Amino acid sequence: MTEPLLRVENLTKYYGSRLGCADVNFELWPGEVLAIVGESGSGKTTLLNSLSATLEPSSGRTLYRMRDEQWRNIYELSEAERRFLVRTDWGFVHQNPADGLRMTVSAGANVGERLMAVGDRHYGHIRETALDWLGRVEIAADRIDDQPRSFSGGMRQRLQIARNLVTGPRLVFMDEPTGGLDVSVQARLLDLLRGLVGELGLAAIVVTHDLAVARLLSHRMMVMKDGRVIEAGLTDRVLDDPREPYTQLLVSSILQV
Amino acid sequence: MNAVAQYNFAYLDEQTKRMIRRAILKAIAIPGYQVPFSSREMPMPYGWGTGGVQVTASIIGPQDVLKVIDQGADDTTNAVSIRAFFAKVAQVETTTHTAEATIIQTRHRIPEKALGQGQILVYQVPIPEPLRFLEPRETETRKMHALEEYGLMHVKLYEDIARHGRIATTYAYPVKVEGRYVMDPSPTPKFDNPKMHMSEALQLFGAGREHRIYAVPPHTEVVSLDFEDHPFEIQHFEEPCALCGASQVYLDEVILDDRGGHMYVCSDTDNCEERRAAGHVGALGADPMEAAE
Ligand SMILES: Nc1ncnc2c1ncn2[C@@H]1O[C@H](COP(=O)(O)OP(=O)(O)OP(=O)(O)O)[C@@H](O)[C@H]1O
Ligand SMILES: [Mg+2]
Repeated sequence: MTEPLLRVENLTKYYGSRLGCADVNFELWPGEVLAIVGESGSGKTTLLNSLSATLEPSSGRTLYRMRDEQWRNIYELSEAERRFLVRTDWGFVHQNPADGLRMTVSAGANVGERLMAVGDRHYGHIRETALDWLGRVEIAADRIDDQPRSFSGGMRQRLQIARNLVTGPRLVFMDEPTGGLDVSVQARLLDLLRGLVGELGLAAIVVTHDLAVARLLSHRMMVMKDGRVIEAGLTDRVLDDPREPYTQLLVSSILQV
Repeated sequence: MNAVAQYNFAYLDEQTKRMIRRAILKAIAIPGYQVPFSSREMPMPYGWGTGGVQVTASIIGPQDVLKVIDQGADDTTNAVSIRAFFAKVAQVETTTHTAEATIIQTRHRIPEKALGQGQILVYQVPIPEPLRFLEPRETETRKMHALEEYGLMHVKLYEDIARHGRIATTYAYPVKVEGRYVMDPSPTPKFDNPKMHMSEALQLFGAGREHRIYAVPPHTEVVSLDFEDHPFEIQHFEEPCALCGASQVYLDEVILDDRGGHMYVCSDTDNCEERRAAGHVGALGADPMEAAE
């Protein structure tokens, strides 16, 4: 673990003439969880989608250390390489589970899909692995053949997490992973996420407007305003001792709630 | 000339036939790949095999002998109409005998008798896209074909096994062609899948409503998808054909009365008739009409 996993250089994204995010620079290390916080419209999703190559940035580079130790600018990967990376070494947890799940196939198939995509052709093995992962995200084994349509919001989100982690990715992107959930369900999901991330040594980039989520999950955080990172540092330091007036406002407004 | 002179040979104008032939040639060059073509209105409704009819119209010549089957039979309304159509607009000879035909247009079956060099099998295809069931977005399925991302096909088979304990797909069973493209063999029973593999005949697929043509050239590898621990299997029938006694063929169940009486008979009527003419007899006797009563 002597090298970072991801290196972001001067990343900028414009939508036409409107700024999405600008001049973002940071490194992410293996096993590290980075939270991106900021108010609505500050560019969090734009940055996350650019980092995960869902969006093509206007300028800048995102370098990723591939499993073969080669550093690649992710925007210069061929589409086949990029899609392979996305379904093997990366994960993407959407705020709305329906965006990340296949709602009309069973939970087992949702978890098994990535395995089949990388060539697993043994039904028994796929099913066994799916069962194991359902257990790890606290979904009862007897729900394996049910479609996520019949799942609660929290269960769907846990299924989405299992579906992403089954191939052992090194980096997971999450956009408001607890966004649509009740507070008690949120707390349970956060516990689970924190456990998995620690246990698997996952690196993660988590977008949230909820500073409690950042506090619980992340080692480091970046505060965004108007498309720019205005403050970054260790999560405890930023939350306990914010330097920028805007961050101070953000932290104090949360504390008042 | 007589009244048929008002039609262009084989109904379609030469420009259209050239366009369809170009699509066919491209399809042959890239086995299993769905080539878009601009499908024409035909004087019959979609669902009647307008894709197959356009393919046949584009390849047929005055010397060809045409056979048309529907569910294995030459005498259904659909088969009779298409045969009559080409007899009229192309004045070609027609036949019900598989061995005599140079072009066989089919819906639902591949003839039991192995096809030979020089024969062309034209399939009528309703839905050409095998990935459609799980991924309705055309932009996405095209990308999946282009990048050879076929995991989704196995998701469908996985669901089958999870639900039924085995791969329950019996029709339109997906195949991989020449190790590259995954293809829907049209709604033929999976019983016929092995016949596509290394066939000596040229196989052409036309989907009229969906504007797609695809092909399996002669001597092409066609492999049915499966799992290591749930290998592909064809259907097996408990009894042989009641009329001709054939057992390695695809059979239809015929209900005889309302007390559970039934019999199995060949789906390929031509093959059955030929066997009976050659003296083969099934359990229900020599006279099929009496047997059915
Ligand atoms: N597709 C788009 N086209 C044009 N402008 C966009 C688009 N997506 C986002 N923007 C703009 O880019 C800026 C950043 O938006 P972004 O969605 O990244 O913010 P966010 O921090 O994720 O907000 P939220 O917390 O509401 O999700 C905003 O001004 C937004 O209006
Ligand atoms: Mg957002």
